[in-house]
Amino acid sequence: MIKELKVSAIENGTVIDHIPSASLFHVIKILNLDTTSNMVLFGTNLESKKYGTKGIIKVSNKFFKPQEVNKISLVAPNATLIEIKKFQVVSKKVVQVPDEIVKIVKCFNPNCVTNHEDVPTRFTMLSKEDVRLKCHYCEKITDKKNMVIK
Amino acid sequence: MKNRSLVSINDFSKKEQLHILELAAEFEKKPTQKILEDFVVATLFFEPSTRTRLSFETAVNRLGGKIIGFSDASSTSVKKGESLKDTIKTVANYSDLIVMRHPVEGSARFASEVSQVPIINAGDGANQHPTQTLLDMYTIKQTQGKLDNLHIAFVGDLKYGRTVHSLVIALTNFNCTFHLVSPFELKLPSAVKMHIKEKKLEYYQYTSMEEVIDKVDILYMTRIQRERFSDPMEYEKIKNSYVLRNEMLNNTKKNLKILHPLPRVNEIDEDVDENSKAYYFQQALNGVFVRQALITTILGLKK
Repeated sequence: MIKELKVSAIENGTVIDHIPSASLFHVIKILNLDTTSNMVLFGTNLESKKYGTKGIIKVSNKFFKPQEVNKISLVAPNATLIEIKKFQVVSKKVVQVPDEIVKIVKCFNPNCVTNHEDVPTRFTMLSKEDVRLKCHYCEKITDKKNMVIK
Repeated sequence: MKNRSLVSINDFSKKEQLHILELAAEFEKKPTQKILEDFVVATLFFEPSTRTRLSFETAVNRLGGKIIGFSDASSTSVKKGESLKDTIKTVANYSDLIVMRHPVEGSARFASEVSQVPIINAGDGANQHPTQTLLDMYTIKQTQGKLDNLHIAFVGDLKYGRTVHSLVIALTNFNCTFHLVSPFELKLPSAVKMHIKEKKLEYYQYTSMEEVIDKVDILYMTRIQRERFSDPMEYEKIKNSYVLRNEMLNNTKKNLKILHPLPRVNEIDEDVDENSKAYYFQQALNGVFVRQALITTILGLKK
């Protein structure tokens, strides 16, 4: 039996699979796919054997640098990155949690300078397992449950 | 350390911190040295301060330098909505070094990234106040002859007191034992205790000063603020149990010294002032020497 694809195949480009359904639009935003001119196909609340439901994004003619795509691990820690050339899978890897996070997360401390002045946020990753971020400016910790994606 | 900013106490290594303390001792012997005559130091105090601002300005004056700045941001362009970045970049055009205090946490780090001249953080909200830490270290070394292997008690508001947090972290480099005395609501945050644990040092927690006062070398007092308590009754109940009285010092160690970052309200009785173990006013004076050492090192006038 031929498996039916809910989201059409792409000839060349990148597939980001195993995104938690709730994080799909965050991933689109973090990767700036909302402003790209490349063809983007996506689906969410799709059935997944492993996770119940999942989201998937396919970006035509785009290949991401690791540091670019690793940022999504904050909201999609199990996402898989699949590179496609001529409809064939050429590489497949799981995203890595980066050591530094710039811009995309809001500092939890309301009295932090990044919430008062026009300063991009910057964090170092204290713990990759439970995602604890230390603010480069106010030195306070933003953990997963208080994390807001800008 | 030339041209480097000091934002967090950890920006300087243990060796560099000790070097500043040694240099401060030279300035203590000879506080008036006209080596800063060609320099302009800006003191930008976006929120009020007495000791910190005046001791920085005294340090610069005794070295013959010039001071520009403000002690109240309400009379500046900040009031017109100028960004911190623009204020700093402008003042950096006029000065060789900027000393700043700001109520927003992380503002000094940000300033150090946009400024063409070095920044000394004189307090950024509840975050860091590294020159206070250095002067506390200087005072401990001055009174005990060393920083290593001491028993140090911290008393009062250990939760919100940034001077306590920075000093505890700095002293974890010196194998000290920490005695933490506070009401339950104002215990030292676990993030700070982590630093003690990482160095495998010991700490003990108490709710009354009497339990530990006779055993320690340094008694570091802090003020408990009424507004820290959601229940005013709680504050009334505990406020008197964290007051140091002269008779409590009778059986304390000979070398004990009492420190306090000041201002004091009522947590140290005035009759303690006459006791030779009271050392908080000398501690405030030491701020001048430590700041002289820092300013001249950062400007490359002392090595």
